[in-house]
Amino acid sequence: MPVSELLIALEVDGDGAHPAAWRQSGRAPGDVLTARATAAIVASAEAAGVALVTFDDAPTPPSDSLDAAGRIEAGSRAAYVSTLTDRIGLAPTLHATVTEPFHLATQLASLDWATNGRGAWVVGAANDADGRATIGEKPLSADALHRELSDVVDVARALWDSWEDDAVIKDGATGRYLDPQKVHPVSFTGADFTITGPLITPRPPQGQLVVLAADALGLADRADIVLISAPDTASIADRAQEAKAAGAALAFAELQVVLDAGHSAAARLAELDESTTWRDDAKLRYIGSATGLVDLLTSLSGIVDGVRLHLAVHAIDLPILAEQVLPALTAAGVHRAPQAGDTLRQTLGLSRPISRFAALTSTGGPR
Amino acid sequence: MTASSGSEDSGIDTGAPYDHDAHVHLGVFYSGVGPQVIWTDPSAAPQMPRETFINVAQLLERGLFDAFFLGEGLRVRESKGRAFDLDVAGRPDAITQLSMLAGATQRIGLVATQNATYNFPADLARRLASLDILSDGRAGWNVVTTDNAWTGENFRHGGWLDHERRYERATQMVQAAKALWASWDDNAAADSPAAKSWARPGSIETVERSTDLVSLRAPGTLPPSRQGRPVLFQSGDSAGGRELAAQHADVVFSANGPFEKAVVYARDLRQRLAAHGRGPNSVRILPGASVILGDTEQDAKDKAEWVRDLQLSGPRAIAFFEQYWGSDLSAYDPDGPLPAIEPVQGELDPSRGTISIADRTGKMDRIREWRRRSDEDGLSMLQLFREATARQSAFVGTPAQIADQWARYVRTGAADGFNISPHLVPSSLSDIVDTLVPALQDRGVYRTAYEGTTLREHLALTPLNR
Repeated sequence: MPVSELLIALEVDGDGAHPAAWRQSGRAPGDVLTARATAAIVASAEAAGVALVTFDDAPTPPSDSLDAAGRIEAGSRAAYVSTLTDRIGLAPTLHATVTEPFHLATQLASLDWATNGRGAWVVGAANDADGRATIGEKPLSADALHRELSDVVDVARALWDSWEDDAVIKDGATGRYLDPQKVHPVSFTGADFTITGPLITPRPPQGQLVVLAADALGLADRADIVLISAPDTASIADRAQEAKAAGAALAFAELQVVLDAGHSAAARLAELDESTTWRDDAKLRYIGSATGLVDLLTSLSGIVDGVRLHLAVHAIDLPILAEQVLPALTAAGVHRAPQAGDTLRQTLGLSRPISRFAALTSTGGPR
Repeated sequence: MTASSGSEDSGIDTGAPYDHDAHVHLGVFYSGVGPQVIWTDPSAAPQMPRETFINVAQLLERGLFDAFFLGEGLRVRESKGRAFDLDVAGRPDAITQLSMLAGATQRIGLVATQNATYNFPADLARRLASLDILSDGRAGWNVVTTDNAWTGENFRHGGWLDHERRYERATQMVQAAKALWASWDDNAAADSPAAKSWARPGSIETVERSTDLVSLRAPGTLPPSRQGRPVLFQSGDSAGGRELAAQHADVVFSANGPFEKAVVYARDLRQRLAAHGRGPNSVRILPGASVILGDTEQDAKDKAEWVRDLQLSGPRAIAFFEQYWGSDLSAYDPDGPLPAIEPVQGELDPSRGTISIADRTGKMDRIREWRRRSDEDGLSMLQLFREATARQSAFVGTPAQIADQWARYVRTGAADGFNISPHLVPSSLSDIVDTLVPALQDRGVYRTAYEGTTLREHLALTPLNR
């Protein structure tokens, strides 16, 4: 991929990334909690040429009543739109800390089957007191959290490999549906759990789903895409280099966006912030015109592989992104929409890994 | 059986009055795996591609079915320490797959079999509620339990729950799920973006439980769906399972298919319902069934033979006895006698998958009996295997014959319909949609169009009180 090409991801949760986004969405607040709204935002992103969407989530709602107090589980949302889309990658956030790792791996493998190879996973690390209380547990220490996340990513990846691609043989002559030598236990022992395996779901179409993890989680050696949160482009460049040196295939910058729309972007943000303040979480934030955003993204294309956009208000900022920003980037050769039928790995320029167990066999190792 | 037998049938005591206007409710229990699924026939659809599931769900929707069920198995079956190779294996996560199907269908109910032993309550309740919202009120949860430690080896707790306590945990899980699903007041979310706050303060409850089996503190994250909450299905036949059904279920997926057994079961369940203050019509009873249709009775019987030969094959007979002998019998001929060698002592190894409670003890007694039958009656291993393998009640006949039988079940109250396990996908289901459904409609015992939009409405259950 040429250095100047920038992959575009979009976070699509709720009415927008700004907590007060619902106030400017022009619809009843509860409407976001519907199949229709779920389908509409992803369809808009796909039509705009976005490479993948992420679905943020948490075990507890975003707010207790002032702002959005509800949310449809992310994995279900991603699966729901799988037949309603044909090219965009779908990346739900599933939290390793509040679920069963075996279910998590099965759900994601199933998403990849449901999307014909467009599935991805944003590693969720909910570790607040309220989130952990949903499973009757207390927060983990920083060390224990890192170990737990590493274990869950490792076991998910092992489970996705546990059926070799050619495990199903359907040999009518012998009556054998599968070759049992190609379905492997994973016998995983983590700090806090063990899993025997194999997965109940055959190897997903992409072999391995695309794994996205925030830079701060320290999973660059395990993730395909590291999401870099830093307040300026110089720091982003440094962190991206570090993440790739640590083993990540791709580095994406996190970017919060408010665009001029009738009022100036700054005035829009001020009005939204009057209701609820939008924390920047040390992310890069852009406030201004569409052309200014084109310039910023063009400059970012030299230092990261992609960006994940967090638009303040979907109903307002997404049409501008679709009609002005992405067409300009496409014309300049900085952006390219995914092709129908491509897997997400193909869209991202990532190869399809062979199963670790098949690799063992082909190098003469133990079966 | 003809419709004129109704007057005699009105004396059958199922705990419900005879109802000539009763309707048959149909679901399909799509396990997708196991020995009943024929994969060797060229017409068999491949197991994993999404098109297989979409085509089946859309076919059933054309047949005006109430529900499409996905089964669950949380560990790949094994034999001799490795994956069992003769049956279809490998399947998708139920809620994920049904969420996909919610986007590819309009009306049919979508029911996920989900384990109450190896799930966290708030996590599972939330995923089920999400399916219910995304399908606009078409979701169901078929509550099952697992007590074998072999399955537990894939989960955080391991094999943690004693057999006696699995329904205690399931009941607490269901209660917690119901509380979470009821945690939003009606119209908790504001009706305008100009409102002061997104939700009315105090309109959303946090659910807390703290027992040795269920521990959580979680706010509800979703409003009620169009049907209120997911429909609850229960399929265990133990006393604990029946009690859970009587207290909480909307539908039982019963193992009691033959008419006389169905009558006895229905009476028992309705007595239990009454003890919990619930009416005789508050739960739908759908026995599991397989259906083999033919143009003539003989044609159907021939087809049933063909199906049985493929399902209960020679290699599966060998695998069956290998479990009992505890050794490799692949050198033996399934059409020959039982092996002369002695089986290893000890009870069955559960690693093949689910071993029923009844089969967990008494292995050597059963082997002695098979030896006697083999010696005295000259039965082959294959014949013994076919005798020994308990079969789900099969309805074999012409569409008219089966339609008459089913009309009798629903009019007497012995059942409200059936949950069908397909043996060959998709043809065993398209046969039903194309020939049996019209025969049921001719008899006035099946809908001619969906009247409602939700699963609860399809099942003609009373609306929930909120």
